[in-house]
Amino acid sequence: MLDREQRKVILDPLVDNNPITLQILGICSALAVTTTLAASLIMCLALTGVVAASNVSISMIRHHVPSSIRIIVQMTIIASLVIVVDQLLKAYAFDIAKRLSVFVGLIITNCIVLGRAEAFAMKNPPWMSFLDGIGNGLGYSLVLIVVGTCRELLGSGTLLGYEILKPVTEGGWYYTNGMMLLPPSAFFIIGLLIWGVRAWKSEQVEKPEYQIHQVHRTEVI
Amino acid sequence: MEAYVSLFVKAVFVENLALAFFLGMCTFLAISKKIETAIGLGAAVIVVQVITVPANNLIFTYLLADGALAWAGLPNVNLSFLGLISYIGVIAAMVQILEMTLDRYFPALYNALGIFLPLITVNCAILGASLFMVERDYDFGESVVYGIGSGFGWALAIVLLAGIREKLKYSDVPDGLQGLGITFITAGLMSLGFMAFSGIQL
Amino acid sequence: MSDSPQEQAKGGAPNPSGWRRRLDAVLELPNDSPQKTLIVAVTLCLVCSVVVSSAAVLLRPLQLENAALDRKRNIVEVAGLLGSDGDVEAAFERVEPRVVDLESGEFAEDMDPARYDQRKSSKDPERSIALSRDEDIAGIGRRARYSTVYFVRDGDAIRQVILPVHGYGLWSTLYGFLSLKGDFRTVSGLKFYEHAETPGLGGEVDNPAWRGKWDGKIAFDESGSAIIEVVKGVVDETRSGAEHRVDGLAGATLTTRGVDNLLKFWLGENGFGPFLARMREKEA
Repeated sequence: MLDREQRKVILDPLVDNNPITLQILGICSALAVTTTLAASLIMCLALTGVVAASNVSISMIRHHVPSSIRIIVQMTIIASLVIVVDQLLKAYAFDIAKRLSVFVGLIITNCIVLGRAEAFAMKNPPWMSFLDGIGNGLGYSLVLIVVGTCRELLGSGTLLGYEILKPVTEGGWYYTNGMMLLPPSAFFIIGLLIWGVRAWKSEQVEKPEYQIHQVHRTEVI
Repeated sequence: MEAYVSLFVKAVFVENLALAFFLGMCTFLAISKKIETAIGLGAAVIVVQVITVPANNLIFTYLLADGALAWAGLPNVNLSFLGLISYIGVIAAMVQILEMTLDRYFPALYNALGIFLPLITVNCAILGASLFMVERDYDFGESVVYGIGSGFGWALAIVLLAGIREKLKYSDVPDGLQGLGITFITAGLMSLGFMAFSGIQL
Repeated sequence: MSDSPQEQAKGGAPNPSGWRRRLDAVLELPNDSPQKTLIVAVTLCLVCSVVVSSAAVLLRPLQLENAALDRKRNIVEVAGLLGSDGDVEAAFERVEPRVVDLESGEFAEDMDPARYDQRKSSKDPERSIALSRDEDIAGIGRRARYSTVYFVRDGDAIRQVILPVHGYGLWSTLYGFLSLKGDFRTVSGLKFYEHAETPGLGGEVDNPAWRGKWDGKIAFDESGSAIIEVVKGVVDETRSGAEHRVDGLAGATLTTRGVDNLLKFWLGENGFGPFLARMREKEA
C-alpha cells in the first residue's frame, strides 16, 4: 500500500526524529492539557488533523505562493483550520472543549504546524505532505499520550475516567500523587522520556559543551 | 490601583506564562543557553506583549465581541469566532511594524532585539496572553497591566533558566540527559519553585 | 520587474469569456510579481473567510444549544432532579427561573430571566455595584444588581431554591450553584460548574463524595444570619454546631477558604440575605 519512502515519512517522526523530544517543537500548547488522558487524546486528534490538513493545502498551492507573503499565507491557512477545529469541538465535544479552553487556539502557534509547512509541505507533493503531517502528528501524540497516561494514572488513579488504582479518598489503597497533576510533573516526565529515548537511541545524545577532563593516575598533568 | 498591582504580581509570579501554563516553551528551551540572548529575547517579548495585548483588547471589545458592533448599527452581530485569526494577524503586523520602526529610528536597539523579533510571531506566549485576556474579560486598563506583567514574567523565567544553564554546563550530566533532557528537568524544578507563589492575594 | 508580468497577463487572456484561460494566465505569472502576490492574498482571504464563516454559522446553533444544555444540566444536577434517564430538558421543566433584585430582595417582575445575563451585568458599571474591600470577602470586585434564582416546586409549595454563587479560590473564580430546601435554611446541594483549581486538591470540589456532605447542613441560625462554615480538616460530629459545618478539602486550604468566603458572602447581607429573609417570612 505504501512504498518504503512513504512509510519512512510516517514512521520517522515517531521515535527517530520526534518533533518534541528531538526537534524541541510544539511543546508549549500541549503540556497544560495532559492532566487527563481524554483531554490529551482530543488535543492529539485536533493537532494531527490540523497538521495534515495544513500540509495538504499548503502543498497544493506551493507553486503559487509568492515568497514575500509566504509566512502570512501559511499562518492564514493554519489559523482558519484551527478556527474550524475549535468550532467543531465546541459543537460536538463541548465538555472537552471547555477543559481545553485556549489551548486549541494555541495550535496556531504550535511550531510543529508551521515548521512542517515550511520545511516539508512547501517542497513536496500533497500526498507525501499529508503523510508527513500524519507522521508528525502521531509523533507528537505519542509523547502526549505517554505524559497524559502517567499523569492521570499516578495523579488521580484513573485512566480515561475509569478507576484503575482505587485512591484512599474513595476508600481504596492508592495515595494519589498530587504533584502529577501540577505543571512541574509534565516537565519531569518529558525530561525522563527524553532520557529513556536517548538511552535507547544513543545517536540522539547531545554533545556536552564542556567535557570534564578525566585524569588518570598514570597521566602527567 | 490595588487591583492593578495585584494583577501584575499574579501575572508575573502566580500565573507565570512559561512555568505555570507552558507557553512559549519552544523558544524558552531553545534560546536559553546564554544570559545575554535571554535578556534580549525577554525584552522583546515584554515590548511586543505591552503593545499586542491592549491592541487585541480594543479589537475584541469594539469589533468582535457579542454586540460589539452596536456603534456601527449592528447590535446582533457576534464575530467572536474570528478572534484567533485577528489576534494572530495583529501580532504578526505589530511585530513587523515594530521591526521596521526599530530599524529606522533605534538602530542600536534593533541590532540587539532584531533577530528575536521574527521568532516572536510564533511564540505561544504572545498569542496565549491575548487569549487569556479575552477569556478572563479584562478591561483596557487591566489588559495593559496584564500585558506588562505576563511579558515580564516570561522574561524573568527565561533569564533565570539561562542563568541556571550557564552554570549547568560545567556539571557532569548523564549522557542521555545532556542538553534538552536536563533543561526540561531544570524547568520543572523552577516551576515547582514558582508554585510557592500560588494563592497570593494582595 | 513590473513590466513583463503585465504583458504576460494581457497576452495570456485574449479571450475574455474563457475563464479557464484567464486562470491559467494568472497561474503562469511569476510568483513574486505584485499582481500575483495581490491575487494570491485576496483569493486566500476569500477562501479562508468562506470556510471559517460557514463553519461558524453552521455550527453556531449546536454550540448555543450545548451551552444552554450545560447550564440546565448543572441546575438540575444540583437540585437532584436529574433522573436515571439523564433527560436534562424534561427535568428542567420543573425549574422556574426568576430574577431578583439583590438589594431589596424583591422579584424584578419586569425582567425576563431567559434573557438576563448575570455575568455580563457584573462587569457593567451601570448594572452592578462596586464592593468595598471589607464587603468583598468573596474576591469578586463587583456584584450585579440583579440575580437569577431558580425555584423547584412541588405543586404550590416551593421544594428548593437554587442560587448562583461565585467567588475566588486559589487560582480562579469558582462559579457554581447552591441549592437550598423549601425552608430557605437547609442546604440540599452545592456544585461548581466552572473553576480552574488544582486538580486532585482544590479540584476535589467536584468530588461527589465531598458534594454529598452538603446535603442537610443548616446554613442559617435562628436569628437568620449565615453561619455555615467549611472547616479545615474533618467536622467533629459529636460537638454542637456540627450541622453548620462541612469538612474542608484535604490539602487545599485556600480553595476551602474560598468556598467558605463565597458562601458567607452570597448568603450574607450583600448577597441573597435580604431575598432569603423575605422568602422565609413569606413562607412562615
